[in-house]
Amino acid sequence: MAQSQPLVSLKNVKKYYPVGSGIFSKKIQFVKAVDGVSFDIAPGETVGLVGESGCGKSTIGRMVVGLVKPTEGEIHFEGKPLSEYRKKELGKQLQMIFQDTYSSLDPRMTVADIIAEPLVIHGIGTKAERRKRVDELLERVGLASYHGKRYPAEFSGGQRQRIGIARALALKPKLIVCDEAVSALDVSIQAQILNLLKEIQKDMGLSYLFISHGIQAVKHISDKIAVMYLGKIVEFADKEELFASPRHPYTKALLSAVPIPDPKLRNRERIILKGDLPSPSNPPAGCRFHTRCPVATERCRQADPPLVRTSGGGLAACLLLEDQQPAARAN
Amino acid sequence: MSTEAPLLEVKHLTAYIKTPKGEIRPVQDVSFSIGRGEIVALVGESGSGKTVTSLSIVGLNAKSIKYRPESSILFEGKDLLKLPEKELRKIRGRDIGMIFQDPMSSLNPVHPIGKQIAESIVIHRKIGYAKARQKALEMLQKVRIPDAERRLNDYPHQLSGGMRQRVMIAAALACGPKLLIADEPTTALDVTIQAQILELLKELQRETGISILLITHDLGVVAEVADRVIVMYCGKIVEEGEVGRIFEKPLHPYTRGLLDSIPPLHGSSPEKLKAIPGVVPNLLELPAGCRFSNRCFRASQRCFEREPDLARHPSGNLVSCWHPLEEEGEKADGAKSTARLS
Repeated sequence: MAQSQPLVSLKNVKKYYPVGSGIFSKKIQFVKAVDGVSFDIAPGETVGLVGESGCGKSTIGRMVVGLVKPTEGEIHFEGKPLSEYRKKELGKQLQMIFQDTYSSLDPRMTVADIIAEPLVIHGIGTKAERRKRVDELLERVGLASYHGKRYPAEFSGGQRQRIGIARALALKPKLIVCDEAVSALDVSIQAQILNLLKEIQKDMGLSYLFISHGIQAVKHISDKIAVMYLGKIVEFADKEELFASPRHPYTKALLSAVPIPDPKLRNRERIILKGDLPSPSNPPAGCRFHTRCPVATERCRQADPPLVRTSGGGLAACLLLEDQQPAARAN
Repeated sequence: MSTEAPLLEVKHLTAYIKTPKGEIRPVQDVSFSIGRGEIVALVGESGSGKTVTSLSIVGLNAKSIKYRPESSILFEGKDLLKLPEKELRKIRGRDIGMIFQDPMSSLNPVHPIGKQIAESIVIHRKIGYAKARQKALEMLQKVRIPDAERRLNDYPHQLSGGMRQRVMIAAALACGPKLLIADEPTTALDVTIQAQILELLKELQRETGISILLITHDLGVVAEVADRVIVMYCGKIVEEGEVGRIFEKPLHPYTRGLLDSIPPLHGSSPEKLKAIPGVVPNLLELPAGCRFSNRCFRASQRCFEREPDLARHPSGNLVSCWHPLEEEGEKADGAKSTARLS
């Protein structure tokens, strides 16, 4: 897969949102929602994006499907910048599913109409052909054809997410951005949807950008994982590598904070971070994580570390990485 | 614990709502108790009745929810369901504290947090405002709010989500309650903040010896803090037991299914998760026999016909199942156990 062209490629992508500091003030501040992010998504691959609220992961998702334009940097789809595509073309290739199916499915449309809408917009097929396609899609996501006549309100959360997936699949996209797609679901339903997404990927060979704060779900579905903190990627690695030997202190803390469903592990060593996430409008100077980092030194307050290749083959942005590696192995 | 009467005893609690389509029972014949100093987790998915159960303890359910006459909730010997609202109000906040998922809607946005905490102390503890404010400050320090003195004058919107939840905990514990009801206290928080809040709750519990009823859907959180676990499904308790036993040897196929649905954090990821098939049934269209029968891989004819009672299993757990997972190593392998009629 390495030799082939990436499906989507982000190069030093930035998104700044202006926030006025007052009605009469001319000085404009910026929330640096995404501040220089680069990574690739290969065809058929799932890249997971984890991070806490305000780290910019949803903004990246929106930029990748073209809903939000980057302030700086370029996103390429199949080698061509997104800005050179027509909107309709992008819609065919890049789709999105959301967390909140109440607001992303029109309550006044029947399920069949919701799923057929992308086909209608793109002028695909006759009415009869579209109806057939809708039935196929409903079946693909584990619903029955008669469900098409009903309205979204008649379905449970998990079923509504299935409808969202069917709509996203209608145009046979090459990439689906899943923005917290399973976060609001009960755990038994979450497992069903994760299984469904994996099956669909196997069948259709599409790629996912899977955005979630649910680390277990991201681990389950992703091939590679990017960990974000305040608008930047702090670590990017293959899933196995990331979970087996996390390099960045934030990744370590994040993984160690996830509650484990095994009471025997209750008293395990854990890294509990002090303090809150700083505001993205005023991120700390130097390494953005230094205010909460358990191992930060004076150097971390000044220099912003770049992403560098680790011995495990991934990327991590931490000044202490080299000094730390022997120690990390020791424990 | 058996020598001492439990702090809270819920007995045969059945809550019902009359709807145009018929009567539904979000909670049906639920009985459990909480001992002093015990952390009990009430686990279940949406619609399992866990929140209705917890709100009935503090009398905060919607007015449309009524209780069957045999229901009782004894708190230190007093039946909370029969108590007049005025009496209940005295207990609520003083003897029973509450924290919820969304601190923003539980805190008043137009008053500083110090004032809000102090006022409840004034009402329940009958001390002067200045003293109460001092106590509020102590509480904020206790929940480790940095720079607490200055924070007393902050409004809720000036605080982060994690800080707001700390303020809620401070407010709930300010009057020295004996029971804390925590309804999804960390669900809305980021995972590193969740770890902080869980740690804080455990510490405060050890310091004060308070009992906690933790309502959550997150089995990870349960494993981290609870002593005993009650699993609910469609308004009924399906299994109850000591935390180690519930996670290691669950008896009810639903408990097993919930555990299997969680993608593992360590080790390799399975190709497919063992999801529980189907969806939680609508309370108006419950299956005739066991409520879980239509999603259960062990269901036999009997399960579709008769509802099992919650009974003590030799292992010590309470379980409501005709075919509990008994043998060691017997796991939900998806193999359909053929009808075991007995």
